Amino acid sequence: MAWQRKVLRINLTRGEIYHEPLNMEWANAYMGSRGLGTKYLSEMMDPAVDALGPDNVLIFATGPLTGTMSSTSGRYSVLCKGPLTGAIACSNSGGKFGAELKNAGYDLLILEGRAPSPVYLSIINDEVSLKAADDLWGSTVWHTEETLKERSGDPQTKVCSVGVPGERGVRYACIVNDLHRAAGRSGVGAVMGSKNLKAIAARGSVGVTADEPQRFMAVVKDTMKKLADDRGRQGMTKYGTNAMIDTMHAFGGLPTRNFQEVQFAGSEKINPAAMSTANENGHTNLITNKACFGCSIGCGRVAHVDPKHFSVADKPQYWHASGGLEYETAYALGPVCGVDDIDACTYVGFLTNEHSIDPISFGVTVAAAMEMFELGAITLEDTGGIDLRFGNAEALVQVAELTGAQEGFGVDLGLGSKLLCEKYGHPDLFMGVKGQEFAGYDSRALQGMGLGYATSNRGACHLKHDVFSEDMKEQNGQGKARPCKDSQDEIAAIDSTGLCIFTAGAWGMEDYAAQVDAACEGEWPVERLRELGERTWNLERQFNLRAGLTAADDTLPKRLLETPAPSGTAKGKVCELDVMLKEYYQLRGWGADGVPTSDTLGRLGLSA
Amino acid sequence: MTMGLQIDPAKCTSCLQCELACSNHHEGVFNPALSRIKVFEFEHGRRSIPYTCTQCEEAWCLKACPTNAISINNETGAKVVDDATCVGCKVCTIACPYGTINYRSATGKVVKCDLCNGEPACASACPTDAIVYA
Repeated sequence: MAWQRKVLRINLTRGEIYHEPLNMEWANAYMGSRGLGTKYLSEMMDPAVDALGPDNVLIFATGPLTGTMSSTSGRYSVLCKGPLTGAIACSNSGGKFGAELKNAGYDLLILEGRAPSPVYLSIINDEVSLKAADDLWGSTVWHTEETLKERSGDPQTKVCSVGVPGERGVRYACIVNDLHRAAGRSGVGAVMGSKNLKAIAARGSVGVTADEPQRFMAVVKDTMKKLADDRGRQGMTKYGTNAMIDTMHAFGGLPTRNFQEVQFAGSEKINPAAMSTANENGHTNLITNKACFGCSIGCGRVAHVDPKHFSVADKPQYWHASGGLEYETAYALGPVCGVDDIDACTYVGFLTNEHSIDPISFGVTVAAAMEMFELGAITLEDTGGIDLRFGNAEALVQVAELTGAQEGFGVDLGLGSKLLCEKYGHPDLFMGVKGQEFAGYDSRALQGMGLGYATSNRGACHLKHDVFSEDMKEQNGQGKARPCKDSQDEIAAIDSTGLCIFTAGAWGMEDYAAQVDAACEGEWPVERLRELGERTWNLERQFNLRAGLTAADDTLPKRLLETPAPSGTAKGKVCELDVMLKEYYQLRGWGADGVPTSDTLGRLGLSA
Repeated sequence: MTMGLQIDPAKCTSCLQCELACSNHHEGVFNPALSRIKVFEFEHGRRSIPYTCTQCEEAWCLKACPTNAISINNETGAKVVDDATCVGCKVCTIACPYGTINYRSATGKVVKCDLCNGEPACASACPTDAIVYA
């Protein structure tokens, strides 16, 4: 069966472990991963609770296609209330951990309460135990993962864990699995740390099956071929996601120096061409590409820092290969901080993995700090003598090390951009939505992206909608609401399958539906997937409303609404959010207050 | 000249499609733990190497087997375990210098790559041609 029909629920406060059947009524209405996790979360917790308190619930959710032979079947979602946003958090990760959890026999892993002292969770099929992690508390992700693999005696054990920022409640701490894949956003790592849960080590040999094996394999063969033949996929394999940096620079949508500019001349020093060209020392940044579980794309980069570079010259422990620059990491450590040093960006990217911090939120927080430093609001005294100007790669490296260790000015940076800007008297310089920092797209140039950012249920996020092709055509608010709403629903469904949305360029909804239909019991036509996606979106919205968010939170910073883009294709333009948002609420079947109407809820089978 | 699995680790992205295909073909389940081909990662993921039986010409597993449970498939050259004859004594697993014939406690038998009767599922599934049957 594509579903294992099993939930592993752990009460950390009491140290109790429960094996429970999956609620199939919910699975039929929400499929898996993001959707099903949202349903369980909504049923199990009060959204108004403190995100870092014991009443928050932390869910790891696989999808019905996770662990199967569908391409990109290694995804899982982590859900909880996010400390960065106060909204629902739903962070998706690849690597191999999610498939291992599924292969151990579980659709969902639910963690409640708070362990009285540090623990890690060991899962070997149905042998599940909580073990003391006092000796691991304070250690990095990389050390923890290596230690737990050794301790398990099985090198195939897969581990996810948090480092010190997760333990200390850094609001954008992530959960890192397989050394450099992350459930990255909204601070899910801080929630894991708040539960005194250092790590999860999983090993599974139960296996996953499809409801109709032969038909499933025929569909897999067909969709694999489509993906192989897709030009976008081919580019992703060859260049990784960082090919976007050239596109965004040329277009004028590349957020630079905390969104003061939209193009960055230095981008050519950190783009895919720079990654694969030898420097003056004969060192080439990029080594190879790498895939997550089951993935025939392989967009991941494996890179290494030039051993002669100032950042690692005296640190041979960082000379090895690790996860290289992807677009969001490159943007957030590069242009938005004004930094064009590929080795510094790569090294800091390593640090974000090693210490479990989201590079997007971290980089944009540093960018805000840099702007406030240049304004004099943050002083050398505040930074501990670090000259935190835009473009200073040495400063970026120093503050990354401090944030990873949660020392010095790194504690302030751990607040995230919103609270940091408030603390230093410049709340308008926070570049994000609902407390979460923007990804690498400026919404004056990409207007539909602006609407997506403003309405994303987990705060500013580029992954929950896809208006890209419309955005590249015209820089205004016309005709963006419909594709934004529709793609939000479709992506919610794709996220609920257990597959990766990087397949969406090659596959239409009919391709996902065909795979789910062959893998799962029952009929799964495209319309069912779309409806399930819309149901999920509205349930996420309801969670947020119950958490205290309102339509007033569906907005963008003044800089994007009032200050025209200084260059590029959108020169002179601001983001036309108002017009898009009004149309969007109507299309959603929400009132002007952003609350789903009873008709809308009834149509989707949701209760008020 | 018999065909064999030509493995080029430089092309391997560690996606494990080969392991999924192998377990699906032989066991009817997607389960890397039951795969007869394994991808090993080295140097922090810098290198990924698919590893399985080389079907050596002088097959020590076959010679060591006290019950003659391992025979050669004349069409493919694969050394094949006959489940009905195998008594699970594990002598072959000691004889094999590569560790690519393994004992399964669940069945009490050994398993190894049999080249899927000339249509290896791993090679068909590999998206990067890191595994080619030629």
